Amino acid sequence: MADRFVTRGFVGKRQDAGSAADRVPPGQHLVSDFPVLSAGPTPRTDLRKWSFRIEGLVKEPAQWTWDEFQALPAQEFLKDISCVTKWTKLDTHWRGVSADVLLEHVELDPRARFVVAFSDGGYTTNLPIPDLINGQAFVAYAYEGKPLAPEHGGPARLVVPHLYFWKSAKWVRGLRFLADDRPGFWESLGYNNHGDPWKEERYSGD
Amino acid sequence: MTDDPLQDLVLDGNAVAGSLVDAFGEEMTATPGECASCGNVAPLAGLVAYTRGPGIVLRCPACTAVMIRIARTRQGIFVDVQGARGVAMPPAALRPIA
Ligand SMILES: [Zn+2]
Repeated sequence: MADRFVTRGFVGKRQDAGSAADRVPPGQHLVSDFPVLSAGPTPRTDLRKWSFRIEGLVKEPAQWTWDEFQALPAQEFLKDISCVTKWTKLDTHWRGVSADVLLEHVELDPRARFVVAFSDGGYTTNLPIPDLINGQAFVAYAYEGKPLAPEHGGPARLVVPHLYFWKSAKWVRGLRFLADDRPGFWESLGYNNHGDPWKEERYSGD
Repeated sequence: MTDDPLQDLVLDGNAVAGSLVDAFGEEMTATPGECASCGNVAPLAGLVAYTRGPGIVLRCPACTAVMIRIARTRQGIFVDVQGARGVAMPPAALRPIA
């Protein structure tokens, strides 16, 4: 993406600086800390009672305990994230399980077109299935080499880095597949249903 | 809640008095609201306010259920009061959201 703006001989630090600027979506500013945003009290779920579930329009629901989830094939992810409150953070480092791996365990009903991620505390967010698959989303349980802290959504959160970060549901407990779209917590209150930061899809109607 | 590292982010309804005026058209902090989940009645000033997010979330001080949500968008202010019963709404608030 940045290559178009960089001449062939343009190397080293200047190229890095140029690339960083090109990685900040319109209307966003870079931060080096990790702001904590929350719509409610931080849930404290006992890992012995934690589970992750795929349900809705699937032939058979799938469910994992914490230990079973840890045994799933995991990957490291290095991603830029953008929050609709206008901060962007580059190169965040996560470990977790790709949504593609999770979906290998269920057979989707052909009518399924949308997914709602649901969380401890009642938060929900909605996505069309094409935004969930093909390496675009994962369930993270470690951040920068440490277990994901509760204030950042631990023990596990959905991460959908190509959309505004409210789509990356903290304290996620499952995915529900649906035939019809169902706006989530912020999407039902005037925020954009899709939330692509590069298109500045902040509010409904953007 | 005392061991909650987020406690310093939690405010009460007084902190969002201005947003309540924007949303309802008049001063609301003394207005009582009943939690639709547990029935607890508290003035809106006594609700627990979460303001560090895309919008403002006001929760019941007794059971933490969402009572009121307010979001300021390009189209205007969105207000959801589904979690609050018996809030005596001023006439200006009696309009469709957005
Ligand atoms: Zn209540």
